[in-house]
Amino acid sequence: MSSEETSNDNMDMEKKMQTTPSSLASVAGNRTQRVPGTNLLGTGLETRGVHAWFGKKHVLSDVSLDFAAGTVTALIGPSGCGKSTFIRTLNRMHEFIPTAALAGQVLLDGKDIYESGTDVTKIRLRVGMVFQKPNPFPSMTIGENVLSGLKLAQLKRSNTDDLLESCLVRAGLWSEVKDRLGEHGGALSGGQQQRLCIARALAVEPQVLLMDEPCSALDPGSTFRIEETISELAKTMTIVIVTHNMQQAARVSDYTAFFLSDGGPGVMVETAPTNKIFSSPEDQRTEDYVTGRFG
Amino acid sequence: MRVTQTLGAQSSIPAAREITTKPRRSDQVFRFIVTAGGMSSLVILGLIAFFLSLKGFSVLREEQWSFLTESRWEVLQDGEGKIESSTFGIGAMLVGTFIGAFIAIIVGVPIAVLSALYLTFYARGPVKKFLISVIDLMAAFPSLLFGFWAFIVFMASAEYWAKLINKYLGFIPLFDVPAPFFERSPFIAGLVLAVMIIPIVTAISREVFDQTPLDRIQAAYALGASKLAMIRAVVIPYGRGGIVGGAMLGLGRAMGETVAVYTVLNVVYQINWQILFGAGGNVASLILLKFGEAGPDEVDALMAAGLVLFLLTLTVNALSDVLINRFGKKGR
Amino acid sequence: MTQSAIPTPQTPWAVSPQQRIATGSLIALGAILAGIVVKTTGLSGKLGFAVSFFFFAALLIFIQQLRLRDLAAAKDSLLNSFALLGITLTLIPIASIVSTVVIRGYGGISFGIFTEDMTQASVNDPVDSGGLLHALLGTLIIVGVALIISFPIGLLTALYLTEIRGTLTRPIKFLVQAMSGVPSIVAGLFILSILIIPVTQEQTGLMASLALCILMIPTIARTAEEMLLLIPNELREAGVALGATQWRAVAGVVVPAARSGLVTAIILGVARVIGETAPLLLVSGGADALNLNPTSGAMGSLPFYIWKAFLTGGTQEAYARAWGGMLVLLVLIVSLFVLARYFSGRRVN
Repeated sequence: MSSEETSNDNMDMEKKMQTTPSSLASVAGNRTQRVPGTNLLGTGLETRGVHAWFGKKHVLSDVSLDFAAGTVTALIGPSGCGKSTFIRTLNRMHEFIPTAALAGQVLLDGKDIYESGTDVTKIRLRVGMVFQKPNPFPSMTIGENVLSGLKLAQLKRSNTDDLLESCLVRAGLWSEVKDRLGEHGGALSGGQQQRLCIARALAVEPQVLLMDEPCSALDPGSTFRIEETISELAKTMTIVIVTHNMQQAARVSDYTAFFLSDGGPGVMVETAPTNKIFSSPEDQRTEDYVTGRFG
Repeated sequence: MRVTQTLGAQSSIPAAREITTKPRRSDQVFRFIVTAGGMSSLVILGLIAFFLSLKGFSVLREEQWSFLTESRWEVLQDGEGKIESSTFGIGAMLVGTFIGAFIAIIVGVPIAVLSALYLTFYARGPVKKFLISVIDLMAAFPSLLFGFWAFIVFMASAEYWAKLINKYLGFIPLFDVPAPFFERSPFIAGLVLAVMIIPIVTAISREVFDQTPLDRIQAAYALGASKLAMIRAVVIPYGRGGIVGGAMLGLGRAMGETVAVYTVLNVVYQINWQILFGAGGNVASLILLKFGEAGPDEVDALMAAGLVLFLLTLTVNALSDVLINRFGKKGR
Repeated sequence: MTQSAIPTPQTPWAVSPQQRIATGSLIALGAILAGIVVKTTGLSGKLGFAVSFFFFAALLIFIQQLRLRDLAAAKDSLLNSFALLGITLTLIPIASIVSTVVIRGYGGISFGIFTEDMTQASVNDPVDSGGLLHALLGTLIIVGVALIISFPIGLLTALYLTEIRGTLTRPIKFLVQAMSGVPSIVAGLFILSILIIPVTQEQTGLMASLALCILMIPTIARTAEEMLLLIPNELREAGVALGATQWRAVAGVVVPAARSGLVTAIILGVARVIGETAPLLLVSGGADALNLNPTSGAMGSLPFYIWKAFLTGGTQEAYARAWGGMLVLLVLIVSLFVLARYFSGRRVN
């Protein structure tokens, strides 16, 4: 029983193993080679020296991390080390907290999203987010929920029915709700609600999808369905997922970044292709964490 | 392997034990006293309804429904000052109550809701705290102050606005006047009532907006919504019931307002739909007006009027309570 | 990676000075356009200017946002403009009322005002004759007696709702809310009908106190309930775990812990009724002479003093006197408010 499983695991891991990329372009190139015919959305997201503060408290220090288009990157680390703060700097949600401050750059398609004069609502259309707790709009029906992004941003589309169907299909929810699009968003189970939120995020056609612990409030069955969805979506988008669950990171991501805080600001300790982080990490702290010595 | 119990095989599940305590005597006394105190509101409200009905009964029995619909308040006396006959009907004053309250709501609620939106979603830091304190303080101002201020300071401006409305919109019967007497009109009374209810409705709306679930707000912003879009999609559906409840609370206050209306309005006993014209009244100010020289019969009639006012405000407040407490259910 | 110097925190999303100047100039332009409209058309006066100013300023900002960004942002700016309008319209009356009371009230106060009553002066006399001693003390006595009756009842009601939580909880909560909506004149009528007319035939301070109780009890009950709910359950559990009966736990632990909250409830209850006029007009008699006995004889009060000066006088002196009384009343209310804030901030954790 055991030996068969591990050799299968090894084969899966090998599929996920990539040669260390020399540039973002080569990673993107690898992806398209693997799945010919799909269009990549954008060239991904880059961060340069991102720091974050809440008032005087320095909570995130000097994070430089690139997310290539067509990849899934997992951010792991113990609670309170700044992962959620970091992910919120990527779609400019960090600034909602009244005492928030920031330094560094976040480049989307080469342009800093914090440059003055940037329209922040446009950024959020291109960098979508799915939250830890599913939050569909209860005053809207399922169909209205999916298309709510269009309404909120006042975008006009000619074929909303097709868009509605395709988003729900991609989120893995279509078969379950296609006959009840007129029902209210709150009538679904937790896992279904989260997939609804994913469909909703997809409707505005983002290049990047940020996911902040999307499965931590869900049962294993829903978690599995969503992980399948993530793998599908990664074929055309850039996905960044914060997760507490290392097995999930290993299952779902191409790259993993390990964050840590020793009482001071959170730092990114190490980033590498996923199988390398879990098998032969370079930093001792990373090894301690992934082997369960703390966290 | 030892199997003591196989899963799925339902052995008989014991029934839950009933847990009882015999309360100590001191606790029983405690419960009794506290419950009695808690019942006080029931007792007092019941007494109010009972005694007002009692005193007003004779008048109500005589007038019956015309008490509400007729607009006459006369006490006919014969040569020696003895009461011959009397007719009491508060119809005109009821209409006046509704008109005044209606104007107050139409003017006051939008301003209050916009202010609450500003305070919750635009104001920050010490400015926000200061504004909230000031508005809460205003809710504690006595109505006499509003009436007095309105009479001395506000009347001139309000009269000017009334004249303007009459000049440009006078073709609408509502805004026409039988004579150019704009002082002390229901319009002005309604405006003063609006000023009085704005702090309360603002405070309630602000609390409702504050309680909007943050995760939904964040979801809207993460989808690229502007503040307006977020408010329309999340805040308003969530808070609709609470805001209407707050408006009804303001309505109740406006309907029962006595001194502010009395000082500002020219209390004349006729139904006056032409709100810009200086004549009108509401039930509460009628009571105040007639009280000074009322003989025993008339006092009974005033009690009956008070009963009507009591039941009216009770209904409105009950509705408001239901709406405010249930605001979360809808849009949830 | 070597530790580079920590950069300075920035807020690139904050409104930049350039944006502020741009918005400011648009507003100024709106004012100018409004001025032009007022001068050239029939729209005149402060109202005309205010309306045109708001219209033009909002329109200009709308157009600016439409050109810089998109329609959604332009509509958003409209909401911003209207929200600002709302808060301004709310604040203008407050400012007007407070400044009126302070300015005119100052002229209605004289040195002797706290030492004399109105037995030897009429409302139309100049302000330095007569005073409001009777009114001030009358208010304090009437409200004080009302408090003595209302506080225990209000507290018991709150305790029922938070500690016992029996089957009557929902009805009682509902009734307390309903009671807080009773118009003050109805409260006065009630005391008239139940006590004065059938029994005592006399308007006294005590009657006024009873009428005020009807208004005070719900305020005290609701505030006390809120404050008691803030006491963490662990405290109650600790009391009971030590073997205390429920009443000992409540009386010995919970109520003392909620001390400052209960003081807040008292203060807010007092503030609620101290300015009430209608019931006093009906049942207190409004004496001009100093009367310290609430159970016999008419009693004066601040609202009555103001009312009398305002409505039975007619001269400038009378109005000045009324404003003076109003200033004293307002100072009392504001002080109570500040006290309430202070106490509610000192809740025991």
